[in-house]
Amino acid sequence: MSDQITTDPSKPAQRMRAGSMTLTLGPWIVAAILLAALPFIFTSNSGLTIMNQMWITVVFALAYNMLLGQGGMLSFGHAVYAGVGGFACMHIMNASDFFASMPLPLLPIFGGLFGMGLALIVGAFSTRSAGTVFAMISLGVGELIAACSVIIVAFFGGEEGISGDRGEALPFFGLNFWSQIEVYYLTAFWVFISAVLMYLWSRTPVGRMANAVRDNPERAEFLGYSSRWVRFYSFVASGFFAGVAGGLFAINYEILTEENLNAASSGVILLVTFLGGVGFFFGPILGAIVFTLVQTVLSLETELWAFYAGSLFVATVMFFPGGLAGLIMMHVPPLRLGKLGVLTVPYIKTLIPAAIGILGLCSLVEMTFHYRHAATGDHEMTLFWTTFDSHTILPWIIAGAVTLIGLGIARTTAPALKEAWNEANTAGGKR
Amino acid sequence: MELILVNLIDGLVTGLLLFMLSAGLTLIFSMMGVLNFAHASFYMLGAYFGYQISLALGFWVALLVAPVIVGIAGAGVERYGLRRVHQYGHVPELIFTFGLALLIEELVQFIWGKNQMPFNGPEVLNFTAFAIAGNSIPAYKIFMIFISISIFMGLLYILTKTRVGMIIQAALSYPRTVEALGHNVPLIFMGVFGVGTALAGVAGVIAGPVLGTFPGMAFVLGSIVFVTIVIGGLGSLWGALVASLLIGWITTFAKSYNVEMEAVLNGIGIATPDDLSENLFRDFWALTSPQIADILPYILMVLILIFRPQGLFGKRQS
Amino acid sequence: MSTPALELTGLTKSFGKAEIIRGIDLSIGKAERHAIIGPNGAGKSTLFNLITARFAPTSGTVKLHGEDLTGLQPFQINRKGLSRSFQITNIFPKMTVFENVRCALLWAQGYKYSFWNLVERSRRLTEGADAILDQINLLPRHDLPAGMLSYAEQRALEIGITIAGGADVIMLDEPTAGMSHSETDYITDLILKVTEGKTLIMVEHDMGVVFGLADRISVLVYGEIIATGKPEDVRGDPKVQEAYLGAALEEEH
Ligand SMILES: Nc1ncnc2c1ncn2[C@@H]1O[C@H](COP(=O)(O)OP(=O)(O)OP(=O)(O)O)[C@@H](O)[C@H]1O
Ligand SMILES: [Mg+2]
Repeated sequence: MSDQITTDPSKPAQRMRAGSMTLTLGPWIVAAILLAALPFIFTSNSGLTIMNQMWITVVFALAYNMLLGQGGMLSFGHAVYAGVGGFACMHIMNASDFFASMPLPLLPIFGGLFGMGLALIVGAFSTRSAGTVFAMISLGVGELIAACSVIIVAFFGGEEGISGDRGEALPFFGLNFWSQIEVYYLTAFWVFISAVLMYLWSRTPVGRMANAVRDNPERAEFLGYSSRWVRFYSFVASGFFAGVAGGLFAINYEILTEENLNAASSGVILLVTFLGGVGFFFGPILGAIVFTLVQTVLSLETELWAFYAGSLFVATVMFFPGGLAGLIMMHVPPLRLGKLGVLTVPYIKTLIPAAIGILGLCSLVEMTFHYRHAATGDHEMTLFWTTFDSHTILPWIIAGAVTLIGLGIARTTAPALKEAWNEANTAGGKR
Repeated sequence: MELILVNLIDGLVTGLLLFMLSAGLTLIFSMMGVLNFAHASFYMLGAYFGYQISLALGFWVALLVAPVIVGIAGAGVERYGLRRVHQYGHVPELIFTFGLALLIEELVQFIWGKNQMPFNGPEVLNFTAFAIAGNSIPAYKIFMIFISISIFMGLLYILTKTRVGMIIQAALSYPRTVEALGHNVPLIFMGVFGVGTALAGVAGVIAGPVLGTFPGMAFVLGSIVFVTIVIGGLGSLWGALVASLLIGWITTFAKSYNVEMEAVLNGIGIATPDDLSENLFRDFWALTSPQIADILPYILMVLILIFRPQGLFGKRQS
Repeated sequence: MSTPALELTGLTKSFGKAEIIRGIDLSIGKAERHAIIGPNGAGKSTLFNLITARFAPTSGTVKLHGEDLTGLQPFQINRKGLSRSFQITNIFPKMTVFENVRCALLWAQGYKYSFWNLVERSRRLTEGADAILDQINLLPRHDLPAGMLSYAEQRALEIGITIAGGADVIMLDEPTAGMSHSETDYITDLILKVTEGKTLIMVEHDMGVVFGLADRISVLVYGEIIATGKPEDVRGDPKVQEAYLGAALEEEH
């Protein structure tokens, strides 16, 4: 289904000639229905909070991918555009006279405009080149603005940050946005609009040229486009949508602090986008959803969550540079050939032992961590609903054995999987 | 006058430390075209390994052994990580080294925890070398200057006077030709990567006791190092040296002289507004140089990029 | 006489100490098909790069329709109606063949940096790109990533991208290099067809193509033009015989 929303240019053109636009609309309609229906499935307040966080990350990650995936620009400091947009929104919330005459749903536009304003200034000199130089400038500028948060207290509020009250806005058709569900629909509305606009952007001349400049800036120059200005437009647009994400953050949490600007936030959005997959439009959406969910679950379970995330990230860069979306889209050719079934059994035979082996490995990691860092005398730990003494040998033997056996089986079955994969990707043959 | 001298020495220590990192980074960059984002993480590994080894075998052994281990780790990263990612292009390479930096920080926290380690310099250097107008200069600082300068002399000698150095220099600019002449270029790359990271390791061991050995140390110094090589001009060793010293001195001087923004602005003829407490720019007027010392390198970088995009010593890109 | 389409005066280029282009004066009239020939390393591609501002000249000027191009960047020159191809194929390998050609049409059709048009909605773009693909025989490869084409197909695409925008001065750097005989014939016909009424400047080693296409020929040897004129005059020129054809003849024996 989702292969309609790719940055891959060819298919829509084909469909144009076939005269059907309905196929491209399909995923959007499904997305809209899902967005509207989810609160009826996850009704709890914490569910709404998590979903709101997810949607904000979706907007931010999509904005980030306008740079990374579509423009080939790697930014290490993109949080500042979202952050500055968010801070601006907080100030608008606190400007009571103005805010009282403005409906809250319009606030993210202001976030976008401020993010865009900053991007206009920075982009003027940073988009001269892509690649390493751009990355370093983004890091430097990001650090600079993050450091300013403790210096320019009037705007960034110093250590405490800036807080406000969204309820002061002009009621919007009687809505005050005091309850979580109202905020949810506001956020959902904006994530939908932003995603549609960013998708459409990728289909405009400047959006198409962003891809061209990413692949071969020199050739683009000989076709009449200044690669610098193409990058600049992408950068400014990305700044706008990052600012919208910042505005949504402001509405949801009613406080912005230095954390919204710093390098860690910038790093997280790179992680989310890359894990999701930079090659397809829906990659960052997937990344944001999966990352938020996994983070919510895992960070409750283990202190080592960031360690696992880092390992996963490095493994992704090394072995699956297409990310999650790339992995999914790899299966489109077998699907077209009607040979997805060939893969089922080998997948089960390899992936399940591998997963068990990795869980075993994680247990070893957790036990080592507990052994080294738990308070002296605290020998008891709980892992996978089992409580045991981390200073005795038995748990170590079990975890070690599970790891070895799991990974061992996966290793022996891997060649068969590889063969099945080749078979599934070649036309003809049996079945 | 005396204070200036003290600051000059302090700034030199910082600058040379920066240069130990930026030199390795520049060498690796001009060779492989990839900026090793994890470079400062190897510096951190140097400090932690140094601490661990010094517990058992003392500081001097640590100073010898820790950089070697770091160098081997670096070479391993090149061999099994970077070389693999290289085929995907530069941006994934950069992302890989970024991920590595994250991972190393987490790994260090995993092993040593979040707190600062009590890593101390050697007992023998725990005295005052000399004093200038009541400001004592510890012997350890002199030792740091001595170590960094002698390492560079050695490096310079190897690069310019020995056969290995010639091959490396040639491999930097003409990898194909050198390969055709029968030299193992991938091995050279791996070696240079190892040496570059080992240099960072040395910096870590000698800086760990003064600047603190804690999980955030890589990021604190790392971002400054990247700024340094952008200011100096990517790929220029001289640029890296000049920019390192420049930043070392600027930040040191900014910290020790309390220059107020108000005085500066008045000095260039802008009068203080009457209602300062109401003014939108009140924070700006109240700035002092120690406050902004740490962000001065970033400001310098932005200015350089606007007026001289290729950096101080960089070649103009066509 | 009317202003020439392209006029070079005193053009020189040095890389470090090596002077590669050593004072070139050349005037190419409107709607002329001009071939530049010369031995390998003579500086033909360098001359192309100077004209299109890929390199900055050491001295001398380039005028397009009487207008000085000094200080302009490649994209600005392209917008003035000069389009070029590259000797080493220079396309967008990750984009589809269709998309490659469409990118080449965008500026020419006036879309500029617009973000209020959708490329798929434009009939003119789609049909224009398909027409070009049809001309270069790549319609069957429509949706393939350009990097997966065969070498000859990539060369054809390179030409397609160059001519797509409808520039009135077209520069082709060895368009038929590495092509088989039949492909060469086909491309030659194509070039003839699409450069009808336009100015063409091409570097070519295949003498058959050169004599079949060119109104005039310049011979470039060691960065200098040693002869310019009608094909039959150049063929008879003793200097050319000696410096270029002679060398080639010697090689053959
Ligand atoms: N960027 C450069 N830096 C240094 N020397 C260069 C550069 N580009 C070209 N040269 C040199 O200029 C000379 C002319 O090169 P050019 O590519 O223009 O020759 P050409 O006539 O196109 O040859 P061919 O027929 O092989 O394409 C060559 O000796 C080449 O080595
Ligand atoms: Mg050539």
